[in-house]
Amino acid sequence: MPSTTLFAVLLSLIAGAFYLGRRRAFAVGRPVGGIKNLHSRPNYYGLLTALWCGIPALVVFGCWQAFESTIITKLIVAELPEHLRSLPENRLGLVVNDIRNLVSGNIVSGEIEPAMREAAERYRSLQTASDASLAVIVLCLGSGCALWVRRKISPALRARNQVEKVATGILILCSTIAIFTTIGIVLSVLYESIRFFKAVPVTEFLLGLKWSPQMAIREDQVGSSGAFGAVPVFAGTALISFIAMLVAVPIGLMAAIYLSEYAGKRFRAAAKPLMEILAGIPTVVYGFFAALTVSPFIRRSGGVLGLEVSSESALAAGLVMGIMIIPFVSSLSDDVINAVPQSLRDGAYSLGATKSETIKHVVIPAALPGIVGGVLLAVSRAIGETMIVVMAAGLAANLTANPLQAVTTVTVQIVTLLVGDQEFDSPKTLAAFALGLLLFVLTLILNVIALHVVRKYREQYE
Amino acid sequence: MNRPASQPPSAMETVRRGLKKRYRAERNFKICGIAAVSASLMFLAVLFTNIVGNGYTAFQQTFIELEVFVDPAMFKDSSLSSADYSGLVKQTMRDMFPEVSGRSEKRELYSLVSSGAGFRLREIVMKQPHTVGETLVVRVPADDDVDMLLKGHFKRDVPESERRLTDRQLAWIDRLMADGKIEKRFNWIFFTAGDSREPELAGIWGAAVGSFLALAVTLILSFPIGVAAAVYLEEFAPKNRWTDLIEVNINNLAAVPSIVFGLLGLAIFLNFFGLPRSAPLVGGLVLTLMTLPTIIIASRASLKSVPPSVREAALGIGASKMQMVFHHVLPLALPGMLTGTIIGMAQALGETAPLLMIGMVAFIVDIPGSFTDPSTVLPVQIYLWADSPERAFVERTSAAIMVLLVFLIVMNAAAVYLRKKFEKRW
Repeated sequence: MPSTTLFAVLLSLIAGAFYLGRRRAFAVGRPVGGIKNLHSRPNYYGLLTALWCGIPALVVFGCWQAFESTIITKLIVAELPEHLRSLPENRLGLVVNDIRNLVSGNIVSGEIEPAMREAAERYRSLQTASDASLAVIVLCLGSGCALWVRRKISPALRARNQVEKVATGILILCSTIAIFTTIGIVLSVLYESIRFFKAVPVTEFLLGLKWSPQMAIREDQVGSSGAFGAVPVFAGTALISFIAMLVAVPIGLMAAIYLSEYAGKRFRAAAKPLMEILAGIPTVVYGFFAALTVSPFIRRSGGVLGLEVSSESALAAGLVMGIMIIPFVSSLSDDVINAVPQSLRDGAYSLGATKSETIKHVVIPAALPGIVGGVLLAVSRAIGETMIVVMAAGLAANLTANPLQAVTTVTVQIVTLLVGDQEFDSPKTLAAFALGLLLFVLTLILNVIALHVVRKYREQYE
Repeated sequence: MNRPASQPPSAMETVRRGLKKRYRAERNFKICGIAAVSASLMFLAVLFTNIVGNGYTAFQQTFIELEVFVDPAMFKDSSLSSADYSGLVKQTMRDMFPEVSGRSEKRELYSLVSSGAGFRLREIVMKQPHTVGETLVVRVPADDDVDMLLKGHFKRDVPESERRLTDRQLAWIDRLMADGKIEKRFNWIFFTAGDSREPELAGIWGAAVGSFLALAVTLILSFPIGVAAAVYLEEFAPKNRWTDLIEVNINNLAAVPSIVFGLLGLAIFLNFFGLPRSAPLVGGLVLTLMTLPTIIIASRASLKSVPPSVREAALGIGASKMQMVFHHVLPLALPGMLTGTIIGMAQALGETAPLLMIGMVAFIVDIPGSFTDPSTVLPVQIYLWADSPERAFVERTSAAIMVLLVFLIVMNAAAVYLRKKFEKRW
């Protein structure tokens, strides 16, 4: 039975269990004077039966699906003839892939040995057997549990409390997914990074000035030294983020000040959502805009002024990234400016200050921690931004502060190293995870500081 | 007033003297503010006009009308599906321009129509087998170079060597135009086809289906999980270090760069669990993890806005806490949660970077049919086309962006509408 059908059958079984439990509740209620004398309402008896039917069966189903192919592959590999089994790991992976392709009827890359055809046959039969036994086990488990609970239903059974206990458990489980995600990120990035740092020392990675992650395939190949010094990459990231912040912070902050302090109600109501649109545009659109329109424009204007501008200049990527971040800065600053109590402004006005003096000398200093927090969040956003730089910034890791030259960033390197064919034992691929680790740690620090500052500041005026 | 210079000016005097300067500063400051707002609105306008200006022509496509005689001799030793249809197209082209001779000249002639013309012809003949032996009038897509010429993206007045089309080809096109055999019509290929290396045959339907499948996975997973997490944290969770930790985690995840989620997907879903590459299922899983914080934060805000009196009333008439939440609080908070979910979905729809990491960047022609088929999504399709060198892909990229933006605007408008309609002031 294919797994989707099995799943559908399982769902109907659960629905049936609900109905069964509910009917049983009515039945046991009748002799004791109606359902009002049951501990819980009949629906809870139904739910309890359905939960008992569904949860064990679904857990078994999920685990089976997750591990089925791994286990079958292990069995197949163990049965392969000796000359195939003793191949190095990556060659063996190819063979296994071919076997899988044979099973699903896809095109096979290499020539097929009779042993592989045999293995494919075996794979198919194992899979059929596994599917059949899964169906039997899951359905028996589900109906068995349901029947067992149905027998236990009695007027005194505290069905509601039990259902609620399970429901609380599910709620807690859902809320911990955030933690599991974080752990997953840290583990996955850390594990590969440690493998990387075994090949390349941490100090070379953090302090090296040369980044060229091409590894030589042959020993005598030219230009593939494989240098993993991340300083140029981080310098490039810093340069582009700095340009972006130069655009975003003044414009975003001034826009927020104007909208919250000067603008009339109607202008504000019209302008604010329009600015939010900028935040909602996918970054790939900005990337396309930067690569197709802004870069050539800057190059041409540079040419008019007699400047040498690279076609993938840091300036273009930074400018467009800045535009993207404007609404981010402005809405965060807007929040904190609005949180400054009116009494502070009134006090300044009563001393004879003009509106701009009030803003400059009272409102902004009072809102400063919040604004700084917002700017830090924006910086972390700029560092982690990917598509704009992938499409508009270059690949060459130049260590330069000239915004007209091409630089590369952490995210660009991660994408170029990991898109396409990968082999998970070369430092080239693993370097992407090391960069990812640094990126994660960096943004994490920025976020924690920023969130802390923003939260602390909010409490001050509340 | 003639006050001796030695006497210090009174306070009023100082104020008055500085007044002009201060008012000027005031005005300048205000102008700065207006400039900032209008600058950002101008960026928006430039972006939109740029995209629309580049892209609107892609909704039309140049077609060439061919009068094809479907020769029965063609099917003598081959079936209806495997006959040489592109040969038939070439034959028709030769019949239209009998004066063309020589290999290179013929090749130039053939390259006026798209290489997909034969397939189009095959489709038609397969659908109506009775046309064998008759003369069919078929509209086939023209080559992208012809298309670009007719749309005015290629200039005629540059020297021949710098043109994609030769003088001969231009003359043929002019003749076709004079005969009314070449015209621009609505570009249905763009909305119904999958990806292709030939711009005139490339469409966004495959990417749109991929996006839909991935978003379906995201919605099915992230809405229940997000709401459940928000309900627990807002209504049940005790205030202790554990829940604090969860909260810090959620806030942090909302600000983690999206590409890091891609690394997670690559390491955990693909390498550890062995899920298929390029599958909407994996894309949906990664996007779920990304949108969960958004949904949880919005749902919590929405739960918070339900007044405590509702809760107290429910508890007062004997509801259990679970009943109070699920029968009374949740229905009232649901519109706000839906709004947050739609906004989260819109974010997920526009997300590109993490999907590059899990291999959804592959060149895929087929329309995906299930959650495990290899596929791509709209933003990744845009990224792929933006990298293509052909001029015709520029307008197609812009058109795909327009489609994506329409989706996003509709989703956000729906969210705003929902919020307006169900917003309650307690």
